[in-house]
Amino acid sequence: MLSRTADHLYWMARYMERAENIARMLDVNLRMSMMPQSQVQEDQAWGATLRIMGLETAFHERHSEVTPDNVLEFMIFDETNPSCIRNCLRAARENAHAVRGTLTSELWETTNGTWLKMRDFTREEFADIGAGEFFEWVKYRSHLSRGVTIGTMLQDEALRFIRIGTFLERADNTARILDVKYQILLPAGEAEGGAADYYQWSALLRSVSAFEVYRKVYRDLITPSRVAELMLLRVDMPRSLARCLKEVYTNLQRVSNAQSAETERQAGELEAQLRFGRIDDIVRGGLHSYILRLLDRVQGLSNRIADDFLVPVS
Amino acid sequence: MTIKNFYNEMTDEAGRVRPHYASYATWLSEMPEERLSQKRAEADALFHRYGITFAVYGENAGTERLIPFDIIPRIIPADEWQMLAAGLRQRVKALNMFIRDIYHDQDILKAGTIPSEQVLNNAQYRKVMQGVDVARDIYAHIAGVDVVRAGAGEYYVLEDNLRVPSGVSYLLENRKMMMRLFPRLFSRYKVAPVDRYPDMLLNMLRSVAPTGVTDPTVVVMTPGAYNSAYFEHAFLAQQMGVELVEGQDMFVKDEQVFMRTTQGPQRVDVIYRRVDDDFIDPLAFRPDSELGVRGILGAYQAGRVTVTNAIGSGVADDKSIYPYVPDMIRFYLGEEPILHNVPTYMCRKKDDLAYVLEHMAELVVKEVHGAGGYGMLVGPASTKAEIDDFREIVKKFPERYIAQPTLALSACPTFVEAGIAPRHIDLRPFVLSGEEIQMIPGGLTRVALREGSLVVNSSQGGGTKDTWVLEA
Repeated sequence: MLSRTADHLYWMARYMERAENIARMLDVNLRMSMMPQSQVQEDQAWGATLRIMGLETAFHERHSEVTPDNVLEFMIFDETNPSCIRNCLRAARENAHAVRGTLTSELWETTNGTWLKMRDFTREEFADIGAGEFFEWVKYRSHLSRGVTIGTMLQDEALRFIRIGTFLERADNTARILDVKYQILLPAGEAEGGAADYYQWSALLRSVSAFEVYRKVYRDLITPSRVAELMLLRVDMPRSLARCLKEVYTNLQRVSNAQSAETERQAGELEAQLRFGRIDDIVRGGLHSYILRLLDRVQGLSNRIADDFLVPVS
Repeated sequence: MTIKNFYNEMTDEAGRVRPHYASYATWLSEMPEERLSQKRAEADALFHRYGITFAVYGENAGTERLIPFDIIPRIIPADEWQMLAAGLRQRVKALNMFIRDIYHDQDILKAGTIPSEQVLNNAQYRKVMQGVDVARDIYAHIAGVDVVRAGAGEYYVLEDNLRVPSGVSYLLENRKMMMRLFPRLFSRYKVAPVDRYPDMLLNMLRSVAPTGVTDPTVVVMTPGAYNSAYFEHAFLAQQMGVELVEGQDMFVKDEQVFMRTTQGPQRVDVIYRRVDDDFIDPLAFRPDSELGVRGILGAYQAGRVTVTNAIGSGVADDKSIYPYVPDMIRFYLGEEPILHNVPTYMCRKKDDLAYVLEHMAELVVKEVHGAGGYGMLVGPASTKAEIDDFREIVKKFPERYIAQPTLALSACPTFVEAGIAPRHIDLRPFVLSGEEIQMIPGGLTRVALREGSLVVNSSQGGGTKDTWVLEA
């Protein structure tokens, strides 16, 4: 397969996944803002979302105040923000368009259809249906793309690069969601788990579709360290880092080429570390710094994959 | 302008339905107009969803539009197609022999059949191709020959497109659409199938691989996703199951072309390029081209890769060479041309120029190197001021223009806003030359949707129709 084709497939998947995860991130803020919390906490949450995306500066060039409406406008519609949902869906479609011959017609039509709907989506309609409904729609379209991908694509290289894109992006996003909420909900030194926090942690779980999963797995109270364990280390949890890296590693092995041995080794090492990691050790060493190192390694892996298989990041 | 005496594909002068349209006419008369509107809307929605669009240059650049699809087919009886096919075969064969000749011994120029300077000074004549031997001596592997019907129904060749003719994807998609919209119509008629075109194309491309290559790797080369015909490039690559490459995906090493793949460099043997000569190799042609591959010409000259259509084929479809095609057929094949040429006045000739300036209001004046209907004047459809302006340009650059009588293009019933009404049409069959000359029955029928208009180009508001060649 052409390197450029693989590159487009990979980014098509990444952008679609990113749109979904931004919707999830914003959705958790929305849910939390409906719960008893201080104004400071709420402002922190919206600000933190911008910070984890590295978009604080760009945001302040457009808006003076961090309000829910401003952040939603910036993260959903603002065309000057390359990471807004609208631009992600457009980029997914543009990448699909460039390799439409490689996609099944169902996948192309789904991706194109998502963008056409987003393109025509007005702020009035948005106000009409509400943010929550809109985020559901984004998630639904992302689910649909993924389902169509798995349900119709030949199990060849094309599918492998799509999957690698999906899981690298998700790994990055899940780590960021966890990191920012952990910092806000559990400032350093504070003891775990007041009763009021219950709502906050459950909202976080819901944002990664893990609330019921948590119940099933632990059959116990929601505690921060278990939430972290679920999101980082549980390999049976589809949005966890351990699962994402397992998928990246497996798919990478299927496309291996003459120069990719070191990349595969690093992916395998990271996967093993998550698989065998213990949450107590991680929390003791500091969750935030652990996640920062993790994000670094995921980024490093992305770069290596680009160099070995795709269009190198120049 | 309204052309009165045009040939109507469906009815004769007395208004009687022609035999090959009889069954369709009955079906159509039983079809309520609302049903037709509904079917048309359905077709539009499907084309949109599939993304079968073309990009528009100039105004609204960057947008994508649908080519309007008309749901009334154009029907060609078997015997007419046999005649057309024989004529096309003959014409394309002669054209290929001509291109080979002018890059080798130039017999036709030595014989004085065509003035040398007409060929050798033509901007499309590529000196770098002199003496280069190409696989099977084929240059115009894919030819899109525009044919129209005029007068009492005789066919004329309007032009030979030998560079990167496009439209075949619409032909194939139109048939799929018709079968989807009106499945039962196809049981009333034995319509010759067209869907093996991609197979035929792939076989042809493999048959012209460089000597010694047994299992050639074929690719389709596109200028990229923003090209107006990108849909077609992607479509053909997908249908043939080959890679769709851009210039940036390939490189040349030791006179061999490679593409960059996820498994490392892979050799490329046959390139079906949809990039013009000028842009294909920045080392050889336009140095500012970002669409090409450095050194591809060298690999080609060394016989290590086949480029289709061959570099330098464009000289043979130039409007200034067109008038000589019948002579080429006589010269190379010793046969009389089966298909007519449109009588053509060459403004570079003094007498012709005088005639053209005098009769401009009746003529179609075309720029020799123009394509896409941009640099032309349709005399009878133009105002006096437009004609006067154009006359001044022609006076200034006579060598750039040719003129032809305004042909009363045949018309086919078309479903337009006002209901069913005749609209003028042309036909672009696609002729493939490899080990043998092959084509799928029919071609792309383009239709001028505006009443009275003779311009069928999609860039000028033309639409397309499904084309049915009936089986004998």
